[in-house]
Amino acid sequence: MNRLTQLFEKKKNDILSIYFTAGYPEIGATLNIAEALEKAGADFLEIGFPYSDPLADGPVIQHSSQVAIENGMTLKVLFEQLKDLRSRVSIPILLMGYANPMIQYGVSNFCKVAAEVGVDGVIVPDLPLYEYEELYKNDFISNGLSNIFLVTPQTSEERIRKIDSLSNGFIYLLSSSSTTGKDLNVSNEIGDYYNRVKAMHLKNPLIIGFGISDHQSFSRANQYANGAIVGTAFVKELGDPENYLSHIPEFIRKIKG
Amino acid sequence: MNYRVDDRGYYGDFGGAYIPEMLYPNIEELRNEYLKTIAQPDFQKEFKSLLKDYVGRPSPLFLAKRLSEKYGAQIYLKREDLNHTGAHKINNTVGQIILAQKLGKKRIIAETGAGQHGVATATVCALKGLECVIYMGEVDIKRQAPNVARMKMMGATVIPATSGSKTLKDATNEAMRDWINNPVDTHYIIGSVVGPHPYPEMVSLFQSIISKETKQQLIEQTGNDQPDYVLACVGGGSNAMGMFYHFLDDDNVRLIAAEAAGLGINSGHSAATSMLGREGVLHGSRTILMQTEDGQVTEPYSISAGLDYPGIGPQHAHLHKVKRVEYVSITDDEAMEASMELSKLEGIIPAIETGHALAQLKKMTFKKEDVVVICLSGRGDKDLETFMKYFNL
Repeated sequence: MNRLTQLFEKKKNDILSIYFTAGYPEIGATLNIAEALEKAGADFLEIGFPYSDPLADGPVIQHSSQVAIENGMTLKVLFEQLKDLRSRVSIPILLMGYANPMIQYGVSNFCKVAAEVGVDGVIVPDLPLYEYEELYKNDFISNGLSNIFLVTPQTSEERIRKIDSLSNGFIYLLSSSSTTGKDLNVSNEIGDYYNRVKAMHLKNPLIIGFGISDHQSFSRANQYANGAIVGTAFVKELGDPENYLSHIPEFIRKIKG
Repeated sequence: MNYRVDDRGYYGDFGGAYIPEMLYPNIEELRNEYLKTIAQPDFQKEFKSLLKDYVGRPSPLFLAKRLSEKYGAQIYLKREDLNHTGAHKINNTVGQIILAQKLGKKRIIAETGAGQHGVATATVCALKGLECVIYMGEVDIKRQAPNVARMKMMGATVIPATSGSKTLKDATNEAMRDWINNPVDTHYIIGSVVGPHPYPEMVSLFQSIISKETKQQLIEQTGNDQPDYVLACVGGGSNAMGMFYHFLDDDNVRLIAAEAAGLGINSGHSAATSMLGREGVLHGSRTILMQTEDGQVTEPYSISAGLDYPGIGPQHAHLHKVKRVEYVSITDDEAMEASMELSKLEGIIPAIETGHALAQLKKMTFKKEDVVVICLSGRGDKDLETFMKYFNL
């Protein structure tokens, strides 16, 4: 059991997770932001490690990744920064990023170092189920890391069951098939999809992400799932490298409502 | 040795489908349907008829006598430059547009670098009356104005890719993002043997007509379908895969692929992926790509926009690793000189991409009776401005 699975034991509703990109808006921002988010009341965090070609991301997170790379952020630098993680932050932490930087670092080594610094799980949107199961699952499990998979409105029931069986942590339910940063439009169709997944009684909790930007979209997501993730809307708040921390308490207060 | 794709979508260690879940249904649909659909008699009938009457196939296999004399071998040129739209790219877009129609898709998207694949896609969309959206790097749009105009004339919408380095790799990212956001009605026509499985296999199947015809033509012209050497240039690698496809199992045929060394392999301005790259994941497949130690994709350079790509297709990565194909590097200067030489000796102005394959001749020694086939992948009209500047014409 890691911090993430413990959180889901204790808290069943209105869980708020925040995504931000490590090394944005300045190289040393990573732990400052994490600390401020915990104080402001976020339940768990996703720290993005940047990639030059982030296929699943819209313009805002693409931009933050590019700036982070220009600032000198790499996985080596990030893990160096995260050595102080557990003296400053106690809520669950996930790393989120694309397969290539992780593969270059070495997946086995990546999992080992992540666990050592106190990371609880990993989200890699372009790591397929098959490769995870055949090549990397043991590295994640032996280091106690949760691996989180995405589910979209187009994902078949059979595949959702398979994802549920391979997941330990939560299932990342996408509000629509889209890149990050699109507006969430809770149509009846989307409601049907959330209810369809809910009715499957999966073993993992459901957290909704993509398109959650304010209190309204956050609370609507919580009608269907255990919680929701805010990414793009938060990254937008961080543009000023001199003064990025001051917006955080107000931002979280508004989302929670 | 097996050079083909296996059941999991891999060529040895390379390939697969490293895609976000949002693209899974699209890729799964293609994977389940493409072989079945292509095998149907009505697909084959339409494909063959369009290749013959619209593209102008078979493309000639031409014995280049003066070039042969100069290099002391029997050099044949496979004239893909004579296809409609001036390059091999249209073999693939004709195949994929019929497939897209059979799958009920209403909207076509594609990426393009120099604009050749964009033009070939806009062409078949006009032919079929389908909506066409082409992603092209902002930098490339400025460099390749005539091709942008051609696409627009044929009714395509050209959207500039403004992210990252604003070139081909970013146009590919943007096309994939479009597909994520339009998962149901849209088909993505990838232009090279790259991307998630089944794209590399599907594109090489459509391009394999090049080597299929070459074998028949060699029998007619020489009585033997086994040449000594087959040469082609490689960016992502689609003309090379088409040119090599039916020769892969002919162990006595030497296959040589020319990559763009740009200003020189160690100049920091190069696109010689097999020399400078390492194994990793790019645009949905495990392959060889140029990248930093941290796994960030680096920006390649070549004078020829069609070879300006930081990866190679996964099958090429495999053929490189098992040493079935020899990968060589050709600089900008060598390619330009070879393009000029062919123009003077044979009255054929090749694309600068093709100039890279031609430049390899100089580095080899032949016996008089050696039969050499070179894929003349495209014509040089699109490169006139570059030629004019380089040679002060």
